[in-house]
Amino acid sequence: MLKIKNIHARVEEKAILNGINLEVKPGEVHAIMGPNGSGKSTLASVLAGREDFEVTDGSIEFLGKNLLEMSPEDRAREGVFLAFQYPVEIPGVSTVNFMKTALNKIREYRGQDTLDAVSFLTLMKEKINLVEIDKALLNRSLNEGFSGGEKKRNEIFQMAMLEPKLAILDETDSGLDIDALRIVANGVNKLRTKDNATIVVTHYQRLLEYIVPDYVHVLYKGKIVKSGTKELALELEAKGYDWIKSEMEVA
Amino acid sequence: MSKDNQVLEEFTSKEYEHGWTTDLESDSAPKGLSEDTVRFISAKKNEPEWLLEWRLKAYRHWTTMKEPQWPNVKYPSIDYQDIIYYSAPKQKVQPKNLSEVDPELIKTFEKLGISLTEQKRLTGVAVDAVIDSISVATTFKDKLGELGIIFCSFSEAVKEHPELVKKYLGSVVPPNDNYFAALNSAVFSDGSFCYIPKGVRCPMELSTYFRINAANTGQFERTLIVAEDASYVSYLEGCTAPMRDENQLHAAVVELYAMKDAEIKYSTVQNWYPGNKEGKGGIYNFVTKRGLCAGDHSKISWTQVETGSAITWKYPSCILKGDYSNGEFYSVAVTNNYQQADTGSKMIHIGKHTRSRIVSKGISAGKSQNSYRGQVHILKRAENARNFSQCDSLLMGDQCGAHTFPYIDVENKSAHVEHEATTSKIGEDQIFYCLQRGIDEEAAVALIVNGYAKEVLKQLPMEFAVEAQKLLALTLEGSVG
Repeated sequence: MLKIKNIHARVEEKAILNGINLEVKPGEVHAIMGPNGSGKSTLASVLAGREDFEVTDGSIEFLGKNLLEMSPEDRAREGVFLAFQYPVEIPGVSTVNFMKTALNKIREYRGQDTLDAVSFLTLMKEKINLVEIDKALLNRSLNEGFSGGEKKRNEIFQMAMLEPKLAILDETDSGLDIDALRIVANGVNKLRTKDNATIVVTHYQRLLEYIVPDYVHVLYKGKIVKSGTKELALELEAKGYDWIKSEMEVA
Repeated sequence: MSKDNQVLEEFTSKEYEHGWTTDLESDSAPKGLSEDTVRFISAKKNEPEWLLEWRLKAYRHWTTMKEPQWPNVKYPSIDYQDIIYYSAPKQKVQPKNLSEVDPELIKTFEKLGISLTEQKRLTGVAVDAVIDSISVATTFKDKLGELGIIFCSFSEAVKEHPELVKKYLGSVVPPNDNYFAALNSAVFSDGSFCYIPKGVRCPMELSTYFRINAANTGQFERTLIVAEDASYVSYLEGCTAPMRDENQLHAAVVELYAMKDAEIKYSTVQNWYPGNKEGKGGIYNFVTKRGLCAGDHSKISWTQVETGSAITWKYPSCILKGDYSNGEFYSVAVTNNYQQADTGSKMIHIGKHTRSRIVSKGISAGKSQNSYRGQVHILKRAENARNFSQCDSLLMGDQCGAHTFPYIDVENKSAHVEHEATTSKIGEDQIFYCLQRGIDEEAAVALIVNGYAKEVLKQLPMEFAVEAQKLLALTLEGSVG
């Protein structure tokens, strides 16, 4: 589904990604771990098409298409979803209104009819139950005055509504207490199918207790330096990132 | 940034939608302004002697006044002798009903999306249509007449209801009030008149559409709305003009008079031609709008969506004379390219327990300048007066300006006056968030701007809220930096 080959990226003059290789197949969950500043969030941003980052080398193929040639909105319409680390506030625009606009833009792109009010509300109701989100929250201004947990839950609700093929969760666990973490993780798990894939970007191992990954990759100085199964996350938690750092320095 | 600039370029080059002209034969006064011009206009309209005298007095006063210099706008000085003060589409006979109106005129209004054919109107809106200097048609007159509501052109009101016009004309905005009000009082051509009798709730929106068609012409309309005790009316005005290279002057006066327990809701969607993207042409919109809450428990509410005009200079105000009277002002003012707006409100608290609320949302893009100017004045005898003002500015790009000039004068210690102000920018983060959900930049800006202006837009009558939303988006699409 996703083939990342030798990706180099920089912001202004600073190189942040230095040759990332990663392949994600349908149905898989990949965790990207690494210390602060290792390039985790940059990788997520590059996949979503944020302009601040310039890709200087390498290629990314998504469902057989050249992802790097697509605009951010077309990537979203092709099925790439980014759950933001810091979801932004849009005053005066409710989540309901936001999702209706998004969903219809995506449907238009795919040559489908726009959803009428009844079908939209039915779909919304179904997803509200799936991710256990408070209905009242969805009529309020998007993310305005939301708690950290509410913002993240809202991201997962949006993910449920848009049914992406590839979901990227960027530090979704940051700022969450254990209950909120469990609810968010439950939502993600319920949305997993054999046809979609998830990339979980995280600093800590604890999210991976709830969203169990098939593969774990450790990012350091813009490169994947170690890949393994979920046990790697535990080892990392036990030994700390200094373990990776010292191992790298030695090498 | 380069992509943003491209998008900006693309959208700001969008043409003004209402920029066409209609080929109408017109009957005009010679260029220039003198007592003769005033007499010419008055004679054209077969006005009674008292009105001519009233106009002449205003004219003589105007000649002693100076154009105001305090607004935060810049424009070359206006040559008042280079303007045509009266222009009327030529009609062979004065139309008695719609079937006698020139079909070209009907077509003009249909192009604007305003159907004047009553039987086709399902939305329940009565319309008075004013082109250049005269009113061409008023719809639903008979139906309103059954309730005792008078809704007609100003000229007609002078003929049919002279006692009412004489009593209320200038009662809220005196002819010598300010430079442009004096000018209007001298040369006003037409406009709408509306009278709601005691206890009547007007069952439909009343609406006037103003259009300037002829070249080198100023439009000076006058609107007067009087609401007797415990009556209610909601009124909407819309305005458009053709694209022309020269600047055209629009100096209107609107007077609202609310008696005991009466409520007047006045909404404006102003879309005069703003000039081209280099700042050439466009309407100078210098308008005096004022409402008098004369009776106890009366209420006047102004809502305005200002997207057009090269220069806007207007401060819809409320004089809260009756005890427990209530004034409101909701405004969205958008400026793009080289547009300049200096707009806001005045709330004058005279009566006890009077309340007022100001919600102003300015949006500046391109190289435009957008100023909020407002005054809250609590007079000595206004015990327990309350005011809340909220002035927000939204900036798009880095070449525009937003300014706030609030004036607060409190002469009574029991007053509670609150003023809040914010300035924000449409962030790239907000845009990217939308893009990542599949919403393109154009739609994202529309979404964000409409969200920002929501508090004001929801005050508009339903039929017009949608139109206003589209207009906002159209004025601003892509102006992100």
